[in-house]
Amino acid sequence: MFIIDPHCHMVSRTTADYEAMALSGVVAISEPAFWAGYDRSPAGFLDYYRQLTEVEPKRAAQFGIEHYCWICLNPKEAEDLGKAKEVLAEMPRFLTRPTVLGIGEIGLNKNTPNEAKVFQQHVQMAIDTWEATVEATRGSSDNTCAMGKHHLILIHTPHLEDKLKGTRMILEMLKDFGSALDPSRILVDHVEEHTIKMVKEAGYYAGMTIYPVSKCTPQRAVDMMEVHGSERLCVNAAADWGVSDPLQTHRTMLEAKKRGHSVETLMQVFYNNPAEFFGQSPRFKLKPLRVVER
Amino acid sequence: MATSVMQRPGEVMDAYFLEVRAKLIEIAATLDRLDRANAAHGAEAIPPTDARLVFVHKALEVLKSDAGNRAELVQRLNSKQ
Repeated sequence: MFIIDPHCHMVSRTTADYEAMALSGVVAISEPAFWAGYDRSPAGFLDYYRQLTEVEPKRAAQFGIEHYCWICLNPKEAEDLGKAKEVLAEMPRFLTRPTVLGIGEIGLNKNTPNEAKVFQQHVQMAIDTWEATVEATRGSSDNTCAMGKHHLILIHTPHLEDKLKGTRMILEMLKDFGSALDPSRILVDHVEEHTIKMVKEAGYYAGMTIYPVSKCTPQRAVDMMEVHGSERLCVNAAADWGVSDPLQTHRTMLEAKKRGHSVETLMQVFYNNPAEFFGQSPRFKLKPLRVVER
Repeated sequence: MATSVMQRPGEVMDAYFLEVRAKLIEIAATLDRLDRANAAHGAEAIPPTDARLVFVHKALEVLKSDAGNRAELVQRLNSKQ
């Protein structure tokens, strides 16, 4: 079974993890920009964006894995509005790079007014820089950004602070953008039992993060899949520099398989849903697969 | 003999709160899963008198108590003595 991991922080992982993921069927990884464990200077972000767009695709390619990424200033560093302004000013030139799928993971961490402000600025950038990115890449081999009306957006919802409140705030802010946003081009990540319904009902893609102590377990993720349906639902390990495991995605697939879910359902959640979401950017090369019985 | 090493209360909460929180959510999710399975397969439903279910509910009562030996009391629930 092929797997697309929609959210994995490979800058924090060893090359051996790439190998283990490849051996376990991972064919593509999407890596959102995130917090490094300490607050960086604006120059640190530029180096980080270079690492995401130049170094990681090469490391992944050694094992036949396609590496894609997202660019943003993460919510944990959004409290400093001056720094946010400086970093956001540099972002557009990275959005035109050939493996960048969009803006993310933006969102809220402690649900503060400053975090909300920077979140809205990112969303506005996803809309405002879209045409420029289309122009910048017109005629290039990847024909990037030929569809849609804004960059794809990947959203982080709070973990241990108030996830319910933070998710509601995020959905309200998105709603305020009205028809400028297309819900099918937005993935709201780290949903759990108390937030998945509102995210799916609003038409967004939803991501479940398998990070057993602070987020979700394979068992609970499969429960949510059974209760809320497998449409527009993705599973990721969000493995990073913490106690995490890039193969948690696989453990979730195994749990679903043990419960008797069909190959079609597994393929939908672990491959086709991310392929369809990411495939809204022509930069993403993999196409959805179909199970054929002979 | 009891060890003389003792963590401070704050250290205990800092070290184990997230783990406890995760385990409680897992128990809640498992009971929800059982309810859904019972509803979907009524003929095979696990009755409330099932010894395992009775154990779970009694154990949850023990957790709510202020006994200082909750782990021992939960273990004793499995004993016929």
